[in-house]
Amino acid sequence: MPQFAVELRDVVKRFPGPSGEEVYAVKHVSLQIHDGEFFSLLGPSGCGKTTSLRMIAGFELPTTGAVMIHDRHMGETPPFQRPVNTVFQNYALFPHMTVGENVAFGLEMKRVPKTDIAPRVTEALRMVRLPGMEKRKPKQLSGGQQQRIALARALINRPEVLLLDEPLGALDLKLRKEMQLELKTLQREVGITFIYVTHDQEEALTMSDRIAVMSGGEVLQVGGAADIYERPNCRFVADFIGETNFLRGTVKEQKGKTTVVEVDGGITVRAESENSLAHGQSVTIAVRPEKIHLRPTSGAANAFAGRVEDLVYIGTDTHYGVRFAGDHRVRVREQNTDSASTPLARVGDEVTVSFAEAAARVLVE
Amino acid sequence: MSNRRSLWITLASLLVYVFLYAPIVVLVVFAFNSSKTNVIFEGVVNKGPCGPFYWFCVLFKNGEVLSAARNTMTIAIVSTVASTIIGTMAALALQRYAFPAKTFSEVSLYIPIVIPEIVMGIGILVLFSALFRWLNSAFGLQGDDRLALGLGTVIVSHIAFSIPFVALVVRARLHGFDKAIEEAAMDLGADEWVTFWRVTLPIIAPGVLSGGLLAFTLSLDDFVITFFTNGPGSTTLPIYVYGLLRRIITPEVNALSTVWIFTVLAALAISQRVQREA
Amino acid sequence: MTAFLRSLRDKDNLRGLGLISPSLLWMIGLLIIPLIVVMISSVGGRDPDGNVIFGFSFHNYLRLAGYNYDTPCGDVPPPCFDDLYLTILWRSLVLAFQTTALVIAVGYPLAYFVARAPAGHRNLLLFLILVPLWTNFVIRVYAWIMILRTQGVLNGLIGSALGVLNLPFKPLEMLYTPGAVLVGMVYEFLPFMILPMYTSLEKIDSSLFEAAADLGANPLRTFLRVTLPLSMPGVVAGTILVFIPVMGTFIVSDILGGRQVILVGNLIQRQFLDARDPAFGSAASILLMVMTLIVTIFYTRTFGFGEEIASA
Repeated sequence: MPQFAVELRDVVKRFPGPSGEEVYAVKHVSLQIHDGEFFSLLGPSGCGKTTSLRMIAGFELPTTGAVMIHDRHMGETPPFQRPVNTVFQNYALFPHMTVGENVAFGLEMKRVPKTDIAPRVTEALRMVRLPGMEKRKPKQLSGGQQQRIALARALINRPEVLLLDEPLGALDLKLRKEMQLELKTLQREVGITFIYVTHDQEEALTMSDRIAVMSGGEVLQVGGAADIYERPNCRFVADFIGETNFLRGTVKEQKGKTTVVEVDGGITVRAESENSLAHGQSVTIAVRPEKIHLRPTSGAANAFAGRVEDLVYIGTDTHYGVRFAGDHRVRVREQNTDSASTPLARVGDEVTVSFAEAAARVLVE
Repeated sequence: MSNRRSLWITLASLLVYVFLYAPIVVLVVFAFNSSKTNVIFEGVVNKGPCGPFYWFCVLFKNGEVLSAARNTMTIAIVSTVASTIIGTMAALALQRYAFPAKTFSEVSLYIPIVIPEIVMGIGILVLFSALFRWLNSAFGLQGDDRLALGLGTVIVSHIAFSIPFVALVVRARLHGFDKAIEEAAMDLGADEWVTFWRVTLPIIAPGVLSGGLLAFTLSLDDFVITFFTNGPGSTTLPIYVYGLLRRIITPEVNALSTVWIFTVLAALAISQRVQREA
Repeated sequence: MTAFLRSLRDKDNLRGLGLISPSLLWMIGLLIIPLIVVMISSVGGRDPDGNVIFGFSFHNYLRLAGYNYDTPCGDVPPPCFDDLYLTILWRSLVLAFQTTALVIAVGYPLAYFVARAPAGHRNLLLFLILVPLWTNFVIRVYAWIMILRTQGVLNGLIGSALGVLNLPFKPLEMLYTPGAVLVGMVYEFLPFMILPMYTSLEKIDSSLFEAAADLGANPLRTFLRVTLPLSMPGVVAGTILVFIPVMGTFIVSDILGGRQVILVGNLIQRQFLDARDPAFGSAASILLMVMTLIVTIFYTRTFGFGEEIASA
């Protein structure tokens, strides 16, 4: 029984740059992806996520390091001999073939008998909820439909791993949300490992079992959605995933997890950290806006007087911009429950900003 | 494995390039031949004040060559300017407007592309000779006043076969043209005329320029149409060379070809630079 | 008519007509009317001066079909059957097909090579294919005389190569043979095939090759199932650009074929210059035009060029 569906071992990919110098697309990436997992590679464009995916598919070979699929070393195995299939960003449907021919292509290449192919094509199209589309040409389909055909074309081969390269990027928001749920359901049904590349953090959080956040060719953090959101391990991850307030300061003392940080401007903040930190070390504290409150809450380790500078009402929530302790500004998100049908505060009001020790995370640069 | 495959393709491509250039190299080398019969290369000529460029000097003293060169250029320049303007207008009409006889106009522009040049050439020849014969007798024109084939007939014929190609190239450029840019110009107060000169034309200019370049090269390269439509005094260089080939071949023809090739290359280099700077 | 007048009141219609009219004038005056004149003279006859006498008779076409009404065919007195012109037509057709096939075979690898070259090199490689095209058509044919003649460059090269090996060598007779005409035709028209093939090969999104590989197709099958079908529009367009002019060319056969290889083009040209029978020449031209149109239409129907034009 293989340990992992896909494993990247210290993979490096360098490209020759425009003026002859070597450019790193991927720097020493190691990842283990389990069987049946929905795994996302998340990061801004140019972070190396697509290159990593293309190395698994075999379109690129690693400069150094190894790509393993179910414990088999892929080496220089060409894409057409790898047990994986890809859903391309622009779908890459063959324009000269019908939908049916597109979907059948992989089986035909495996020399599956024609009589066996037809029912499987029908089944694959039914699975992506486009039954009876065999005779159409890709051009006659909408973006969302083309997307599903690309999915059917890949899944019909029953790959060991399905690779998806920003497959929803070209769709409009509403269709995208639908497809996210559908993809997740489909993945559960077929039980195939999905590796999903996206730059959309919400998409990654919605669908993935685990996420690898990448930046500058490196993997910064791997974990479940809650892990990454609640316990980011660096400023980049905290900033890239959701909205975060940052406060800079130096460590004053640490007792277990509890860390007291002296923030510039003369206030001290109690925060949590798993790492042991040296006295005087400069750190950043991250606090999510929804974890800050405008009223003193019992047991909140941190409470500071401030003034509301701006306010945005967006229906479910109200967002406040609050300045406190001289130069610090935080965003605060309060839910509009029925008990607070009138805003908690108005612009210019004096308020108390409070948050729990567990809500504040210490990040080391 | 894919490396080996691309090696074969590279090798085959290299051979094709050799095939394409070998005749040109031979032409140029033999322009310096000391043998007048020019069958075998008997060493570099070194005669007269011009030395190795002896045949070039002979060429430049040849009045027939000079007048053929002048005719070639006149025809090419006049027909290029006219066909570029007419072709661009046609492209704008077909791409922008719906009008009566649009389909007919479109089809008529495809005809020169799908019928053999020789058919067009003899068609024009038969038409003009019949027309001129009729006009000459109707108006009693005599001697030098008589209408005859000449520079004029060659030029109008060159314009005719160039228009469709210019229209095709300019239309391709107009195809990707975002109409919103013109609307923006009009929104900012430019009338249609100003919009055309200040916005549309500059944007389609590369298309117009390459259409013009195509017309120019088509005209320079043309043999068949010119062959049937020229008359006394309107011999072009290709016609002149063809006449020589049927008689004797001296290195003079090679010298002429060499001058031709390098002039065209120089013109291309200049036009490339101009286009890049534009 | 009223609809036409009403449509003229529309400003756009007027503008369109104004812009199109010069080109329409040219196309009608120098293309359509000449074609009609050729058609009319093809059913006419000739006077002793070589002028067309207008009339209506199909005897020019009958002559082309082999009906010989004034000279004996060997021992047979006229009227008799003479396959002279039919042989010429057939020869032209065969040569045009051979040229087209050879040009595809020679041009495809190069078009593929250029289309897959790094983007920065493509323009230069393409430019190098075009340069020979800018040297004049007649000059290009002339170059092949220098190469192919009995004491020419090619025989010289072969001779000295064999000389090194101490083998006897008798110069080959290459010029003034059908082979020389074929080589000349391939050389003249190769760039016209490479360009459209390159254009359609270059247009293919490389993710399609990746998709085929991803779905298990090896390079050969990717080529047969994806590359080749998607480049067909280019091959078809190139075929039309090559086949039609080859059918009508007379210089290549004239110069490289000597008087040995007579094609339809030569036949037509001679009627206007030496034989002074424009009516017969017109009939031959009409036949040539019809033949090329039939082949073109058949070809485009089979391979769907219309679709390509419509989508462009």
